[in-house]
Amino acid sequence: MKHTIAVLVENEFGVLSRVVGLFSGRGFNIDSLTVAPTNDESLSRITLVTRGDEQIIEQITKQLNKLIDVIKVIDFEPENAIEREMVLVKVSAEDESRAEVLRIADIFRAKVIDVTPKSYTLEATGTPAKVAAMVELLRPLGLKELVSTGPVVIGRGARGWKG
Amino acid sequence: MKLNGARILLECLKREGVDTIFGYPGGTVINLYDELFSFREIRHILPRHEQAGVHAADGYARATGKVGVAIATSGPGATNTITAIATAYMDSIPMVIVTGQVPTALIGNDAFQEADIIGITRPCTKHNFLVKDVKDLALIMKKAFYIARTGRPGPVLVDLPKDVQIAQTEFEYPESVEIRGYKPTVEGHPKQIEKAVSVMLQAKKPVIYVGGGVILGNAAGELTKLAHQLGIPVTMTLNGLGSFPEDDDLSLGMLGMHGHYCANMAVSNCDLLIAVAARFDDRVTGKIAAFAPHAKIIHVDVDPTSIKKNVRVDLPIVGDVREVLTRMLKVINGHKGEVETMKQNLAPWIEQINEWKAKHPVTYKQTGSTIKPQYVIQRLRALSNPDAILATDVGQHQMWVAQFFQFTRPRTLLSSGGLGTMGFGLPAAMGAQAAFPERQVMAVCGDGGFQMNMQELATLVQNRLNVKIVILNNNFLGMVRQWQELFFDKRYSSTCMELPIDFIKLAEAFGAVGLQATKVDEVDGVIKKAFEIDGPVLMEFKVAREEKVLPMVPAGASLTEMVLT
Ligand SMILES: Cc1ncc(C[n+]2csc(CCOP(=O)(O)OP(=O)(O)O)c2C)c(N)n1
Ligand SMILES: [Mg+2]
Repeated sequence: MKHTIAVLVENEFGVLSRVVGLFSGRGFNIDSLTVAPTNDESLSRITLVTRGDEQIIEQITKQLNKLIDVIKVIDFEPENAIEREMVLVKVSAEDESRAEVLRIADIFRAKVIDVTPKSYTLEATGTPAKVAAMVELLRPLGLKELVSTGPVVIGRGARGWKG
Repeated sequence: MKLNGARILLECLKREGVDTIFGYPGGTVINLYDELFSFREIRHILPRHEQAGVHAADGYARATGKVGVAIATSGPGATNTITAIATAYMDSIPMVIVTGQVPTALIGNDAFQEADIIGITRPCTKHNFLVKDVKDLALIMKKAFYIARTGRPGPVLVDLPKDVQIAQTEFEYPESVEIRGYKPTVEGHPKQIEKAVSVMLQAKKPVIYVGGGVILGNAAGELTKLAHQLGIPVTMTLNGLGSFPEDDDLSLGMLGMHGHYCANMAVSNCDLLIAVAARFDDRVTGKIAAFAPHAKIIHVDVDPTSIKKNVRVDLPIVGDVREVLTRMLKVINGHKGEVETMKQNLAPWIEQINEWKAKHPVTYKQTGSTIKPQYVIQRLRALSNPDAILATDVGQHQMWVAQFFQFTRPRTLLSSGGLGTMGFGLPAAMGAQAAFPERQVMAVCGDGGFQMNMQELATLVQNRLNVKIVILNNNFLGMVRQWQELFFDKRYSSTCMELPIDFIKLAEAFGAVGLQATKVDEVDGVIKKAFEIDGPVLMEFKVAREEKVLPMVPAGASLTEMVLT
């Protein structure tokens, strides 16, 4: 099972390597990971996507909590969370495919952020599923490069958490 | 008044009640050593290798319960400490290790004797700190000690660049410390504790399985009371030995790979396993799927990650083991009637256990005049004081100590259980002897492991540390040889030490006394004489070379599949 976990950590040097080292040292998976400071500058928030059965996910959250620099760990339930990621994709676009790329971009509300006679570069945000669907449609047209932020996640409702 | 960083460090140690440290100088700690030169309140012991220095601090910590402190210089000094830090980490020993570092301006430049010790020790410390500004030093030291000794204890490393030792600032030691990401659970959940007690009261075949955490958490007294009040038999891990007296009728001794037959049978047949501050190591459980297959499992531990890591748990209780046991005892007090009926219900179980005990006690055969290693261990027990401290190295001799020494008090066995570090025994004993100059301290070593830190004979002699070294000399890397005998067709690849070493001359070369026994009737005389001598003594016992540690559960087999003869 895929899990998206948010980890609030001290915004200090070396903290990210503690988190990443924990995953590599114990053989846990990281599918994606993003990190940036929060509205409180003393804190950083890591969002990571990992996989495992219930017991492994329980170990992962416990081990994360055990790190001294980790302040809070949330293993989000999909129904209570909003997930978004952004991708930048460079696609071949020559002759007849130029219009097709734009049509797909339009359907997914992607923005064209760079154009050449041979390519378009698109920016798209959305749920991981939506972004993946767009990428799959673009792939047969000639996908030259793809870069993704990996998902970030926030809880639904009025309540926010910041440590 | 302004003080430099080096002095501040020492002041912090003093405020933490540190009286003894083990350290080795070098370029990036020379300022610290200069301050130490005139700092009378702390005793500094110079080992002959940084690994041994950290093991000594570890032995000091295991024997006293206080935080052990060691110092090393940057680069090679720091990297020499790694094995010893990892040893302490695996056994949850509270320690603070201070390493020198190149000046902050040079960090990352591949400067002379620079090593990224923070990076290297990240996976083998509970936490570590690089001090970048002398103004942070006092708070970091406060945090380091707090983290090392609270929750599940462990080693904390503080990396101290040379310029930070020289820089000056006002010194003020913080009274208290708050770390927002670190709040160990102390009190166990009251409802869970009540549930646990009611489960215990209904058990017909319960066993208590005790880990080293009971000793680290100073809960041996509470644990013993619990077992006695409910009449539940107790088995212990290697590092749990000493938490419950082995001469008690309810003691099953050690369980696991080289555990007692009765202990492994009891765990395999129990209907309730009460795991107290233990972590279900593979050397304890054998094949996980067959471990305590009929039992409900209660698990008390201060570290939530230990719970359900290897084994399913029906009733977890996270909390300080002493707090939890104290509360359990209170709850039990309110159920006096049920306790009596329970004890009666346990009678058939106790009878069954006594049958197992009688059927296959740990034993050995004395033949001719050759010294059996197990006999030496038995005689050490008989001829030493009840509060004697025994440090072991790693190998067959370590298991014979566990099987035959009969520990009755906490903090009297010092052994590298988790990492299994050869070379641990002698320096650990050294640390314990520094803490308790009046008590008898023994280091029981194999001939192999002794050679991994034998340079510490010099430290013993120089500091008049009255350690009695016991070498069970089989001229083999015995434990590996045993595996080769059993599982590799006696192909003794690189386990015969070949070169016979004159250990007596070796001891004498360092200015210590060397004694030797080659026949069984010489054993007592050597031990008695060693204890009479005021100073370090090396006793060499030439023992039966191919003796095996039995019983043995082969790796990966279930606990009931013991090789008995
Ligand atoms: C540092 C280290 N290296 C290797 C081992 C693997 N090992 C475990 S027991 C053992 C043999 C120990 O021989 P000795 O010290 O003579 O003790 P004996 O088993 O003969 O009692 C070895 C090599 C280890 N535990 N630690
Ligand atoms: Mg040997």
